[in-house]
Amino acid sequence: MGRTLAEKLWDSHVVRSAAGEPDLLYIDLHLVHEVTSPQAFDGLRLAGRRVHRPDLTLATEDHNTPTDYTLPLAGTSSIKDDVSRTQIETLRKNCADFGIRLYPMGNAEQGIVHVIGPQLGITQPGMTIVCGDSHTSTHGAFGALAFGIGTSQVEHVLATQTLPLDRPKTMAVTVDGELPHGVTPKDVVLALIAKTGTGGGQGYMVEYRGSTFERMSMEGRMTVCNMSIEWGARAGMVAPDETTFAYLRGRDFAPNGADWDAAVEYWKSLRTDDDAEFDAEITLDASTLTPFVTWGTNPGQGAPLGSAVPDPSEFADESDRRAAEKALLYMGLQPGTPLREVAVDTVFLGSCTNGRIEDLRAAASVLRGRKVADGVRLMVVPGSMRVRKQAEEEGLDQVFLGAGGEWRQAGCSMCLGMNPDQLRPGERSASTSNRNFEGRQGKGGRTHLVSPLVAAATAVTGRLSSPSDL
Amino acid sequence: MDKFTVHTGTAVPLRRSNVDTDQIIPAVYLKRVTRTGFEDGLFSAWRANETDFVLNQPQYRQATILVAGPDFGTGSSREHAVWALLDYGFRVVIAPRFGDIFRGNSLKAGLLTVVLSEKAVQRLWDDVEEDPSTQVTVDLGERTVRWSGEVHGFELDDYTRWRLLEGLDDIGLTLRHTDAIAAYEAARRPWLPAVSA
Ligand code: SF4
Repeated sequence: MGRTLAEKLWDSHVVRSAAGEPDLLYIDLHLVHEVTSPQAFDGLRLAGRRVHRPDLTLATEDHNTPTDYTLPLAGTSSIKDDVSRTQIETLRKNCADFGIRLYPMGNAEQGIVHVIGPQLGITQPGMTIVCGDSHTSTHGAFGALAFGIGTSQVEHVLATQTLPLDRPKTMAVTVDGELPHGVTPKDVVLALIAKTGTGGGQGYMVEYRGSTFERMSMEGRMTVCNMSIEWGARAGMVAPDETTFAYLRGRDFAPNGADWDAAVEYWKSLRTDDDAEFDAEITLDASTLTPFVTWGTNPGQGAPLGSAVPDPSEFADESDRRAAEKALLYMGLQPGTPLREVAVDTVFLGSCTNGRIEDLRAAASVLRGRKVADGVRLMVVPGSMRVRKQAEEEGLDQVFLGAGGEWRQAGCSMCLGMNPDQLRPGERSASTSNRNFEGRQGKGGRTHLVSPLVAAATAVTGRLSSPSDL
Repeated sequence: MDKFTVHTGTAVPLRRSNVDTDQIIPAVYLKRVTRTGFEDGLFSAWRANETDFVLNQPQYRQATILVAGPDFGTGSSREHAVWALLDYGFRVVIAPRFGDIFRGNSLKAGLLTVVLSEKAVQRLWDDVEEDPSTQVTVDLGERTVRWSGEVHGFELDDYTRWRLLEGLDDIGLTLRHTDAIAAYEAARRPWLPAVSA
């Protein structure tokens, strides 16, 4: 019987397998950031171990970094919070001590870890990629096996460049058809999560297949793979194709010359065989999708923008009902309220889900010649310094600034309440990020997950909106 | 890592599903560079804002077993969630379903995560609420959870069980196979990307 893409990726990285034990898997690229690594480096020091393959390890600063500094930067002095500064300085020391390349705040290559890998071309088909960060699944868009790990595993990879793992099951998510106008990859994945629930993908390596994904840009594929973890999947991936190769060609770490040809030939073999079987399958019809937003406090609590806040009493499942009641209380929403009437204070455009150039272009196309609604704050935070530079070359920064928005330095920013960009208690945001958990964007903050198009339209009206409402 | 064989203690009923790791420990506590002392961050928003939150109730103060609803530990990969539970004094978390990364982290750090059916969890909640001093025994050797006459088996693969029973560190185990790693490395495709420091 044939094999699925995920199985091919897995099999080609098994260093050792023995009955009754997890497989020992080789890791081709280990991405590191400041939050989940300090304790791992400490563990190495305590055991007198070194980093086995510094050349397969790459670090960036993203979670703690402020986004309102001006260049040139003087050290870490723009980080006001002592604990955050210590964490960044600890990463710098660890990278220096262990010989790891680091892109520090202010560097032209700095950015969110899942944005810089692909743009450098160091994320390639056929690789295994890990990072102490659950959204590592983003890199699966290139036909790589990529997943998030905990700090103990970070230490394990640093020390051995391998991980002992049990092979997850496989699932196919097939979406066919053309996305209706105004419907984006973000809406596809939000609709998928609403359908499956946050645990629906648990234990699976998911392959996204079908004509909708075949037509999707690399940015769009990354958005979908990024949110795989939000429905519990261990990894998400799309088989590499001409779109993938075209994206990679000429990038910093992409192979050249004869190596390129050999690589492409190999990459073309990275497809699920026709006679392969998945352990589970889900299908979705793209043509039925509409812009999607979340109303609750987990990414599965979402609904079409054209619908209303649901009534918890109509949920059949007892724990779903209780979760919905609790979510509405936290969100300050009444059942039956049309989602289009929900007013927001802040619009956040950024994160590793939707902080890439294509996302900024989409939002700018809506905001061009328009103004942000009175009392609404629009924060635009590019996913990397490169994205920022490119956007400025295209004049997108002027569109955002002209509309009354803020144009920021690269970083995770308001995706999580760790750096100074936070919601205040009770504030409500429309956010292009991936998590609407209680307090995620700041203590007491309320988050509605949206696409870049919905974010931009919402900034203009002050209420959850799509461009067709303008 | 400490060995885990049998643990007996009282339990705290957390009647919530979808407890993500942002709730277990919010991001502000993740700025630290140490590996201990995360107990103050555990469920900090709920402990601060909800006076009747289970961990604020005196009858559960000594509990060492947390009993939660489905999808406990979803979301962020932060291992700090496991450290916070351990630092607070928990040795075991029981739930019908766990987030994958959280589960992996817990079993590496020596916090035993036990999957019981929703029905069994419901009974445990009811029994513990009726009598918070109920002694619950989690026996890793037998792979059972026992309390007041109830016995429920749970699954855990033999390898992980052995590792926990022996308190073995994964890295040490992997380093027994450096020859296999070297052989794999020698055969890697030449064009794969590499970084210079
Ligand atoms: S942007 Fe958000 S989700 Fe992405 S790595 Fe940063 S904090 Fe995590």
